Amino acid sequence: MDNQKKNIILKTEQLSIGYQQKKDTQIVISDLNLEIEKGKLIAVLGKNGIGKSTLLRTLSKVQKAISGDVFYQQKKLSEISEKELSTKLSLVLTERLPESQLTVYELVALGRQPYTNWIDKLSEKDIKKIDFAINQTEINHLKNKRFYELSDGQLQRVLIARALAQDTEIIILDEPTAHLDLHHTIKIFSLLKKLVSETQKTIIISSHQVNLSIQLADEILLLKENNYHLDTPKELTKTNAFENLFSKDLVYFNQELQQFIIKDI
Amino acid sequence: MEHKNYTKHFIFLSVLLVMLFFVNISLGSVSIPFKDLLNILSGGIASKESWHTIILDFRLPKAITAILVGSGLSICGLLMQTLFRNPLAGPFVLGISSGASLGVAILILGSSVFGGFLVTNSVSNWSLPIAASLGAFLVLSAVIIAAHKVRNTMSILIIGLMFGSLTSAVISVLAYFSEATRIQQYLFWSFGSLGNLSWNELSIFGLIYGLGILATLTLIKPLNSFLLGENYAKSLGINVKKNRNIILVITSILTGVITAFSGPIAFVGLAVPHIARLLFTSSNHKILLPAVALIGAIVLLICDSIAQLPTSEFTLPINAITSLFGAPVVIWLLVRKKRIFV
Repeated sequence: MDNQKKNIILKTEQLSIGYQQKKDTQIVISDLNLEIEKGKLIAVLGKNGIGKSTLLRTLSKVQKAISGDVFYQQKKLSEISEKELSTKLSLVLTERLPESQLTVYELVALGRQPYTNWIDKLSEKDIKKIDFAINQTEINHLKNKRFYELSDGQLQRVLIARALAQDTEIIILDEPTAHLDLHHTIKIFSLLKKLVSETQKTIIISSHQVNLSIQLADEILLLKENNYHLDTPKELTKTNAFENLFSKDLVYFNQELQQFIIKDI
Repeated sequence: MEHKNYTKHFIFLSVLLVMLFFVNISLGSVSIPFKDLLNILSGGIASKESWHTIILDFRLPKAITAILVGSGLSICGLLMQTLFRNPLAGPFVLGISSGASLGVAILILGSSVFGGFLVTNSVSNWSLPIAASLGAFLVLSAVIIAAHKVRNTMSILIIGLMFGSLTSAVISVLAYFSEATRIQQYLFWSFGSLGNLSWNELSIFGLIYGLGILATLTLIKPLNSFLLGENYAKSLGINVKKNRNIILVITSILTGVITAFSGPIAFVGLAVPHIARLLFTSSNHKILLPAVALIGAIVLLICDSIAQLPTSEFTLPINAITSLFGAPVVIWLLVRKKRIFV
């Protein structure tokens, strides 16, 4: 890793992630040493099953690390209570929301739960934060709709608004563009880019959009079978790090075009 | 939260509840003029001495029981549906009513199987609720211990159902070896009844009910976060496991005590949350909790009034009425709306 990183908000030391069931341990990635700076858009890329979701779930304490540590501003993740973590980190997950009649506004307002009193009363500050989140994500016209009436693209923006209302320094999104067409994918990416530059938040996103990530992310974390790279897209392209991201029998990475090209079949 | 104003809904339901309360008290095998009824309730003197006893010692406690049972079961139903994110869940999915039934079955049926050393022939007023409570408590403990071991909330649902099956099997075996009169006695208990409570019993029931409801109020926030699923709830700083256990304990105690005093009353707990969601078109528990309590009380008062309606000597079993009249209503509501929610 390069040494001139300042203002590090998230760090991992010798982190191994995977799944543990009784005595059966399945390690997906081992010995991750990452340093992530504040105010950056980080894209996590890698093929299916490489451990993108596992990594994001471990970073957000949804699941436990096998070994090693995660640090948020010097503090060990395992020592941060759920309550405290909820004011530092918010999530957008891939899982479907259970069916309910929540309105978009109510859903975004749930992001304020870490700050509300026992009966969930919204203060003036809460309402300001909610309005800010709704304006930033441009979902004002959807406010009174039920969330099940929304398209996938709209729902993603609502979920991002909810995370934004939670007012945390870090937002982690697990494949937010998985079900979206190119237009809506770009819309989400540019929204995240805008949020990073306007609010100084750190946003970590897993994706399959190699080309978009190269164009829009500040840094990319490339997860491969036996190693990983975390660097700026420019640097990664220069060192040809994308080269063996996917198995070479189908595609190759074209450095000039900055994208994968299908081999002649 | 920014939401529709539901004040009108709540006023309407409250007025309806009060009206039904008086209708319920005025109905019965002895007809008492409404003026005398009001006189008695306000502490005055009625035209006939016996009417005092009928109103104060029978009809009033029964109407209050109906309100407590109806609202209590419905709130438990709502808690279970939200916790399990399953519209088919109800207060009895944890096997609590089966446990209570087992307790009563052992008390009534067991005496003929085990040679009568368990109870004397006359089952006293208190032995039924105590047996039911013990049975409910037994199953509750088993479910909570099991819940502690499994991480997946859905597994608890299945474990509860399994305990239900187990206890039903035991009851079948007991019934098989019992005399016909005993079986009949058990059957009558399983029909459910709101009218068996003395003021003493009612005050104990009311106390436990009140504590349960107070505890439920502290759950509004976690319940709302559960609407997003457990992972989101956790990321909002909610202690999922702790709140899950609190919900289980409250539901078990409330349904346990309700079943102990009034028998296993079906349908209300499952259906009322759906009626409330349809009427209020909301999933917010700040609105749903009071709505469900009001509607539950109203539904059971109506059912009890119907059970009384043939102003004869007979009172139909409340359990039959709740399902007989309630099920078609809910089917109709759902077919019309086409979409169900948790």
